[in-house]
Amino acid sequence: MKLSSTQMAWRAAQDIEDGAYVNLGIGFPEMVAKFQPPGREAIFHTENGILGFGKAPELGAEDWDLINAGKKAVTLKPGTAFFHHADSFAMVRGGHLDVAILGAYEVAETGDLANWSTGPKGVPAVGGAMDLVHGAKRVAVMMDHVTKDGQPKLLQRCSLPLTGVACVTRIYSSLAVVDIVAGHFVLREKLAALSLDALQTMTGATLHLDGPVADLIVPEM
Amino acid sequence: MDKTLPNLAAAVAGIPDGATVMIGGFGGSGSPIELIHALIDRFLATGHPVGLTVVNNNAGNGHVGLAALIEAGMVTKMICSFPRSADPVVFTQMYMAGKLELELVPQGTLAERIRAGGAGIPAFYTPTSFGTDLAKGKPVEVFDGRSYVQERWLKADFALIKAHLGDPLGNLTYRMAARNFNPLMCMAAAVTIVQVSEIVPAGAIDPETVITPGIFVQGVVAVPNPAQEEDLNRAGAVYPEVTA
Repeated sequence: MKLSSTQMAWRAAQDIEDGAYVNLGIGFPEMVAKFQPPGREAIFHTENGILGFGKAPELGAEDWDLINAGKKAVTLKPGTAFFHHADSFAMVRGGHLDVAILGAYEVAETGDLANWSTGPKGVPAVGGAMDLVHGAKRVAVMMDHVTKDGQPKLLQRCSLPLTGVACVTRIYSSLAVVDIVAGHFVLREKLAALSLDALQTMTGATLHLDGPVADLIVPEM
Repeated sequence: MDKTLPNLAAAVAGIPDGATVMIGGFGGSGSPIELIHALIDRFLATGHPVGLTVVNNNAGNGHVGLAALIEAGMVTKMICSFPRSADPVVFTQMYMAGKLELELVPQGTLAERIRAGGAGIPAFYTPTSFGTDLAKGKPVEVFDGRSYVQERWLKADFALIKAHLGDPLGNLTYRMAARNFNPLMCMAAAVTIVQVSEIVPAGAIDPETVITPGIFVQGVVAVPNPAQEEDLNRAGAVYPEVTA
């Protein structure tokens, strides 16, 4: 029993305020845009120089000068702005984004993130990940709570090459919502059917409690 | 003053062996495919240029454009942030075979290094990559209690750029997100060569809408209806075309 990636994206979307400037990482985090609560409209930023783009175009209506960081076609909407790459990353590092939501291989209780390299084999590629973890007011990650063979991915220290040090502030995992506060994991929400002890055994560092733990409730999808 | 170049062959004629060449674009958007193919044509006819260091966000996709330049064996080093794509086979094989050096740079650091190169700023400090493998060997300083990594400017001998409109003075506009690295690379190269969809008379571009002022541009060549890398790849294109 765990949340699907779609359900994690839904949960992450509930925390995005109306009018927030948001960058969504390539892959699953892109789904967050689909689940904005009614009455809220975030403004999405993509590294390659668009602010306020719309959803994917109809098949066959793509304009390949209008793509997102994942090289997927997007559309214009009223209020879209274009800019060059240095301005785009000024928005990132300069503290102008409200939220960045990224994928993660591992997160440490210190807030360290590993999400760009699984080790020395193959072709290394970093893209904008190392920039995005610095500057956004909130850096959140969406991730399975454990690996495919059940090993914790929330750890005391990351074992994989780091993307950034002390940068993650909230984790939307497949089992829980966990904040990182002063070098500790603080449990905010967990699946109701999961005991605190069971969740702790699947977590590689101590889960601290700071007030009541809410049930992690998401719609069926 | 007229920076108009007569054709693509003339536009790429001056690039020597061993040059550092910035190539604009992010994936296929803003990629000067026709200029790259003209450079490959020159190599096929003359054997030059070779030993190029290429600066681009990526490292090619499929077998056209930058991927074709690498596949032709003209490139010995890539400076990029993300050498993966839908079809990265050309870069991957050359890199894994040890025939191609890679300098991996975080995307925002790459953009700022290029901007700094064009702006006469030899080094700057950024929070990006602090505490990671990509900061190894680089000076670190603390400002207001936070650690920052020193990065150096990046300059080039040539830049190959794709813009939308250009005038004989080299003033440029771009089309949507095809802007990306192009305006920065215009500034950072000693010689900037631009392909534009249309060359318009001086004064036809509203000065309020000029994105790259002509001072950063040395040559402009008209390429009406430029190809899109994504369309070429979906059609299975290979450059140069394989003939029986």
